[in-house]
Amino acid sequence: MANEISIGPAAPGCKKHDPILVADNVMRQFGGLTAVNVEHVEIPRGQITALIGPNGAGKTTFFNLLTGFDKPNTGSWTFEGKNLAGVPSYKVARLGMIRTFQLTKALSLLTVIENMRLGAQKQPGENFLRSLIRPLWAKHEAAITVKADDLLKRFKLDAKREDYAAALSGGQRKLLEMARALMSEPKLVMLDEPMAGVNPALTQSLLDHIKDLKKNGTTVLFVEHDMHMVRHISDWVIVMAEGKVVAEGPPAQVMKDPAVIDAYLGAHADTDLGTVAINVPGKAGN
Amino acid sequence: MDWLNIGSLALGELFSPFTATFILCALGLSVHFGYTGLLNFGQAAFAAVGAYGMAISVLTFGLPLGVGILMGLLASAIFAVILGIPTLRLRADYLAIVTIAASEVFRYFMTTIGFAKVTGGSNGLSQFGDDFWAANPFPEGTYGFGPFIYRADELWIRVVAFALIALGAVFVWLLMRSPWGRVLKGIREDEDAVRSLGKNVFAYKLQALIIGGALAALGGMVFVINLSNVQPQSWGTTFTFMIWTVLLLGGAATILGPIVGGMVFFVLLSVTQGIMSGLVDIGALPFLTLPQVGQIRFLLIGLALMLLVIFRPQGIFGNKKELQFNG
Repeated sequence: MANEISIGPAAPGCKKHDPILVADNVMRQFGGLTAVNVEHVEIPRGQITALIGPNGAGKTTFFNLLTGFDKPNTGSWTFEGKNLAGVPSYKVARLGMIRTFQLTKALSLLTVIENMRLGAQKQPGENFLRSLIRPLWAKHEAAITVKADDLLKRFKLDAKREDYAAALSGGQRKLLEMARALMSEPKLVMLDEPMAGVNPALTQSLLDHIKDLKKNGTTVLFVEHDMHMVRHISDWVIVMAEGKVVAEGPPAQVMKDPAVIDAYLGAHADTDLGTVAINVPGKAGN
Repeated sequence: MDWLNIGSLALGELFSPFTATFILCALGLSVHFGYTGLLNFGQAAFAAVGAYGMAISVLTFGLPLGVGILMGLLASAIFAVILGIPTLRLRADYLAIVTIAASEVFRYFMTTIGFAKVTGGSNGLSQFGDDFWAANPFPEGTYGFGPFIYRADELWIRVVAFALIALGAVFVWLLMRSPWGRVLKGIREDEDAVRSLGKNVFAYKLQALIIGGALAALGGMVFVINLSNVQPQSWGTTFTFMIWTVLLLGGAATILGPIVGGMVFFVLLSVTQGIMSGLVDIGALPFLTLPQVGQIRFLLIGLALMLLVIFRPQGIFGNKKELQFNG
């Protein structure tokens, strides 16, 4: 089937018109278990791509590998043409590829605004010697703060500005983590289960924020179990199962793919995809 | 019991070089543990490395004391790098194990007869601080009032020690209000999150280890210059745990905490010693002898540390919301 994103028909490992991230032969084994074995995958620039798959499919491990938090046994991948294999995680982040975590990592005993300021990069005051002399970084700090306040307002966290991040609810922490990731104006944002544990009341606002990212030209790659979200906001869906990419394509097409229904949904094949995750008891909110 | 004497002895501890030593070491530990979350259980070794580095530079290499002090600081930085490179990439608890072991290794190394020519072996070293006493600007005589009456040289070391504390405190304060300090606090909370934001976590942890170690090295130098000798036995685990007690008493992620914590700790130590000796003297504690009183004090320190951790984890100055034990 033709589409605007891939060159030729959508198939696992298909080429894209303008990929931002290209991975080749990325394999990660834990003992005898092959957690990730991706032959070729390309992430389209400026689009929202969802990475889905059953539990244990290797989505998060793949995320960790791409961002330098884990090292693969083999494989190479490039971000905007730069080779990233073996590059430590902090350098990956500096290149403009920022990730969030499945288990939210809000810096609990820092205030919300300090969390945000920490997200900014190239602050000269983060250098040891320069940090001692305030005039060398005060101006930059003020600029960062303006930007942070702006983002907090967008994410409706401005009322919590001076609170410790530990005092936020689970959903608010997800928002904070996402807002913090945006402080450095990344080119690619990688969200690991942005909806996990988020109160349904916050879901819509989170979805809107992700759509806004695309509007501002940021590429988004996210791991998610929530089919509702995948179908409504993603432009492209990549399906993983047992470490491999088993299907790719626009959401409507992928969800009809027998391979996906087989691998991902199993027994729930007959259930309406749009409502599955959201109606499962216990799924929404901690 | 002579309450006046007990009180005056206790107040004398407020500004003793011994107190200053532990304040400097605790200030360094505050950078390690309070701000960066590094569980360093070998702070005594940083102090010892600084003290030996200075003494050996002066005695073996004939350098002036000023250069010796710089060499001591350099030695503590090298010690931090040696400890940090293999361990800072691992989880926090590994650092605790490695630091406590390294500090014991260093102590035994200094005791060894094989290197006694340089290290002095178990007898230690002396006669390295002459330049310090010669530089005393105060003319002979006594200074001060009440319990705070000092001879010229006693005043000199106190002035220097507490000037170092003031400088150290301002230094740490400047660092911790800056974006650099913010990264450290971020690392204390969750280093992976900080890494994901593009900060070189390892480099920050190593810098923190070096800075906190340098403060301890200065403390060690004050300690040995005051005693006029450096001996390996001084730097046992007791030394480290007293530093921890001082830090936790005052409040871990604070600047004033280590200073006030140190003063309160040594005043209390002196008061308990005074009262218990007094009670033994008048026969109120028939099951104790005078030498045992000194030992019992440390038993009480252990108890105090436990009670502190359980009932007031944030210390005197700490903000309970900001710092609980999560190193």
